Amino acid sequence: MTTLIEPRPETPNISSLVQHDRVHTSLYNDPALFAQEMDKIFNKTWVWVAHESDIKGPGDYISTYVGLQPVIVVRDRKKQVHVLLNRCRHRAATVCEKKKGRTNSFVCPYHGWGYGLDGSLRGVPMNEGYAESFDKAEYGLVSLRVETYAGLIFATFNEDAPSLSDFLGDAKPWIDLFMKQGGGFPVKFGGEHKFKFPGNWKIQLENTTDAYHFPVVHKSFLQSLDDQAEELFSFLDGDGYVQDLGNGHSVMVMIPELVDLDENLDDPIPERFQDLAASLSKKHTEEEVRKIIRAVGGSGFNVNLFPNLACSMAFFRVLRPVSVTETEIRHVTLLMDGGPEEGNRARLRLHEHFQGPMGFGSPDDAEAWERVQRGSQAGPDMWIMLNRGLEGDGAGPKGTNRGDVSAETGMRAAYQKWKEMMEASQ
Amino acid sequence: MTLDLQTAAEFLWKEADMLDRRDYEAWQGLWTEDGLYIVPIERDAEDYADVLNYAYDDAKMRDMRVRRLNSSFSMSALTASNTVRTISRFVVLDRSASEITVRGAQMLADYRRDNLRMLAADVEATIRQTDDGLKLVRKVVTLVNCEDAVTGMGYLL
Repeated sequence: MTTLIEPRPETPNISSLVQHDRVHTSLYNDPALFAQEMDKIFNKTWVWVAHESDIKGPGDYISTYVGLQPVIVVRDRKKQVHVLLNRCRHRAATVCEKKKGRTNSFVCPYHGWGYGLDGSLRGVPMNEGYAESFDKAEYGLVSLRVETYAGLIFATFNEDAPSLSDFLGDAKPWIDLFMKQGGGFPVKFGGEHKFKFPGNWKIQLENTTDAYHFPVVHKSFLQSLDDQAEELFSFLDGDGYVQDLGNGHSVMVMIPELVDLDENLDDPIPERFQDLAASLSKKHTEEEVRKIIRAVGGSGFNVNLFPNLACSMAFFRVLRPVSVTETEIRHVTLLMDGGPEEGNRARLRLHEHFQGPMGFGSPDDAEAWERVQRGSQAGPDMWIMLNRGLEGDGAGPKGTNRGDVSAETGMRAAYQKWKEMMEASQ
Repeated sequence: MTLDLQTAAEFLWKEADMLDRRDYEAWQGLWTEDGLYIVPIERDAEDYADVLNYAYDDAKMRDMRVRRLNSSFSMSALTASNTVRTISRFVVLDRSASEITVRGAQMLADYRRDNLRMLAADVEATIRQTDDGLKLVRKVVTLVNCEDAVTGMGYLL
């Protein structure tokens, strides 16, 4: 007899798919693995949702996602931040469709159930139609656990997850260094480029810890720079490195002299910032000018936080898995809150130079990632190789894995965390 | 001779044809030295200089952009879509002795690797009569989906 319904695919044996120096091609294109990733990674660990400056005042909110699930990030009147599932407890309609704004409450458009900024159910039209036992306290918007570090707001569905501080661990000092690019001012959200590419989210996860591609993919960007800047961005033959920071996180230092922006303030001001420095000098002391100029250029490293955020040189790279073969990327630009207008304009123009659908860098990255997804259809039993810089494993401080700047150390770190989480029992 | 809508429309049709043919060197010649080419993210920003855009190009940046697109070192430019665009629905927003500002609707079809995509945009253009003929002073291309995810393009709007 002919079997009309295909048997369910066997649950893949995770441990056989991730080896130390390679991962199996199915990690890019198996829908069953993608479903498990959403469940075992995005619904289990800390996922970055917003920067504090996105929701500065009471009632300020943004709508975003944790994995595939739409959420609202909102600050209540007592300044506390809540991350709420964007789903009415009655019949599931979203209670917010605006990307950002300020409000007193969230009201479902379908039957008018109204929720407070903390997610509690406040109003139900024609309440008398429900039984006496109906208790509004049981029908608040589902609220996630929220913790914050250095202005970065994370949420998780997992009440048993370690503290955010423990989760970030050795990445914390690097986040602190990254936030120095406020140039003495707080860092604030300054707009974003958002795009989708037809490929798996882990292709993007790998990219922010991949310096090896830079001179190849970004040759046309490098050619658009002046000689001094081109030299700065030609970092593959420099002293940079990639280090495993634990928990799937890693740091890639591309330009070591731009690790701590408070240092080397006496260095000559680069040619491309001379005009800006002259303009800033009218209102600022020489030390302030040097600090702002260093900040405008951004940091010289990427901190990759598993699974969805990278603090990347001068911006946040945020990834959102959409399906096994589709990913949304946001490149969030950061400005000096209260800083000089011309300094912030310079940061905006630098961001536009590289990022976005018309940038000199991102479209070439996107082309490479799309080609990875297309190519991975060939040789379904082949491996994605991550064996660059293996000799650095165990060679870093305290026996950590640390390779040269082009090493694939950060990718190996992320995939080991992936394997650990995917193998965990529910 | 004051500039009329017909003159502006013919200028923008010529420009659209240049961009579809990717004749970027000729396109460069359409601009005044102080010209600004802007593709915004935010609708109705007070000053595009103070917000993030897809493109905010003065003469120097336009020159870098054209050199990049023509360089043969950009993978996305080398594999760029074929485009066919039309621009119409013109209204005159402002007119002086030597300048005219019009707004039009641009419909662009972009074809690449089995995918056909439609990009619709409002185009606001200011055209100046100079000793060198008509020149673009400002062009703002506001995509209908500018505030949403916009996927990369290896060509100019």
